[in-house]
Amino acid sequence: MKPRNLVPIIYILFLLLPIYWLIAMSFKTTNEILGGFSLFPQDFTLDNYRTIFTEPVWYWGYFNSILYVSLNTVISLVAALPAAYAFSRYSFIGDKHLFFWLLTNRMAPAAVFALPFFQLYSSVGLFDTHLAVALAHCLFNIPLAVWILEGFMSSVPKELDETAYVDGYSFHRFFITVFIPSIKAGVGVAAFFCFMFSWVELLLAKTLTAVDAKPIAATMTRTASSAGYELGLLAAAGVLTIIPGAIVIYFVRNYIAKGFALGRV
Amino acid sequence: MTLELANVTKNIGAEPHIFETSLSFAPGRFNILLGATNAGKTTLIKLMAGLERPTSGEVRVDGHNVTGISPQKRNIALVHQFFINYPHMTVYENIASPLRVAGMERAELDRRVRKAADVLQLGPMLERRPQELSGGQQQRAAIARAIVKDSTAVFLDEPLANLDYKLREELREQLPEILGERGSVVVYATSDPTEALLLGGYTALVHEGRITQFGPTSTIYRSPANLISARVFSDPPINLGHVEKRGSNIHFGTISWEATGEAINLRDGKYTMGIRPHHVSPTQPAEFSIPVTDRVKITELSGSESVAYFSLEGSDWVSLSAGTHPFEVGKEHEFYLMPKRCFYFGPDGTLAAKGSSDG
Repeated sequence: MKPRNLVPIIYILFLLLPIYWLIAMSFKTTNEILGGFSLFPQDFTLDNYRTIFTEPVWYWGYFNSILYVSLNTVISLVAALPAAYAFSRYSFIGDKHLFFWLLTNRMAPAAVFALPFFQLYSSVGLFDTHLAVALAHCLFNIPLAVWILEGFMSSVPKELDETAYVDGYSFHRFFITVFIPSIKAGVGVAAFFCFMFSWVELLLAKTLTAVDAKPIAATMTRTASSAGYELGLLAAAGVLTIIPGAIVIYFVRNYIAKGFALGRV
Repeated sequence: MTLELANVTKNIGAEPHIFETSLSFAPGRFNILLGATNAGKTTLIKLMAGLERPTSGEVRVDGHNVTGISPQKRNIALVHQFFINYPHMTVYENIASPLRVAGMERAELDRRVRKAADVLQLGPMLERRPQELSGGQQQRAAIARAIVKDSTAVFLDEPLANLDYKLREELREQLPEILGERGSVVVYATSDPTEALLLGGYTALVHEGRITQFGPTSTIYRSPANLISARVFSDPPINLGHVEKRGSNIHFGTISWEATGEAINLRDGKYTMGIRPHHVSPTQPAEFSIPVTDRVKITELSGSESVAYFSLEGSDWVSLSAGTHPFEVGKEHEFYLMPKRCFYFGPDGTLAAKGSSDG
């Protein structure tokens, strides 16, 4: 092995170490985890996973998370596609300022918005619904999606639009059957980031839900405090939380590189 | 049908982009818009296609005002300089798309797509996607899409500019044939004077948002109405010199020659003379010519043409000749002006007389 390969190998090992540790823990009993140092599970068990897949408190956590994350991704894209098109194709008063202002929405910590959202949603009866979390996450996901999509749309020549109009396409037909398919990489990248940010966001999701729409991450924190140390169970839940992100990134891995090339990811 | 621009202007912001323009294009021949980059050719095409609205004036088809009508409803076709195809569709679907949008039934659609593909030699590529084709094939696909429906007008905005030399020549030869047999108005924008001459038809010269001359291509080549038109319709740029007519002679600095053609009847006075670079020959031509001698500053040789730059009576001149001539930079060379090919422009820039007497 060449010495110059050593640095990246060590780097990757360090990156993977916590993930390995999490996976190893998920196959151990809590006693073994607390008992001492062991590299591999000595007393291999699937009990932790069994618990998650059989107890509604656990598996509903996943369902809830996936539900509001998907809902949020759809809402974000549906709203961001026309907005990004407008920014990319038209010039209007204040367009550049507005475009930058979209980004500034991401600069405030989510905690700032937790209280107003909580009060607002409680008063209109949205509290503890999937829609509440999905809408709240739009706060940072729509600007992000607009920003990403605008980059991809601007790389499509305006002459494509003109050609389509001359060929007889109405705007809507052009937008849906020609334009969106030609930036599908961008849609994929935007969807991925909306999915990820919504999936990992905990504060708003936890504040705006109680029982019916409680996300998995919230379930994890509450279980830790009420039933003592169930570290094995938590580790298994953690592993299952990583999986959706890993699946999504597998599908968009090639598009993300393109997004980097456009400077928008 | 005829396509007409009536007193059309176009401002972008407060700045005029197209000054008041009136043009009328008839079907069945090539109508060429010739002008440099940014002269306003693309804007004129967009105005005619309905992609942009004129600031004032009307666009008429067969005398009917169509100014406010959207491009979708105009039954027209457009080929851009950049190879524009729908990237996610196969070549077949690309060509078929205008017909699909129009709701044509399948058998007829299939027949037409295959015919258009045949004409443009795209038969074997129908199932491929545009990005799998070469530049020339991509542009062929775009042209096929433009001719597949019975459009009343076909606009081509420098369709050959981004193709390499050989493909450009090949397609240029085929285009009149492909587009000519249809009854539609063909408007073809180009920045290459040679291309305009080869395509024939009618040419409108565009310069900084104005039409400086419009007429049969060969006529306006032989008789530029003014200095600007002569400049637009010459590549390399036309050679200019300040001359004076005195008696029966034309005086150009220290050189003088006997006036020829229409110039014989030119009134005495000062004129600007223009002569195209290929009428300044490094070898003595058969016709009447005036030798001038000067130091060659720069030379360029392409495979089939030689270009020499020199200065004459204080202005830069260019000679363009067929074949390769052994110019030596810094050495004196003899060049021959052909007085019969000269144009004499008055102080206001309009053509006063030509060195020849043909129409």
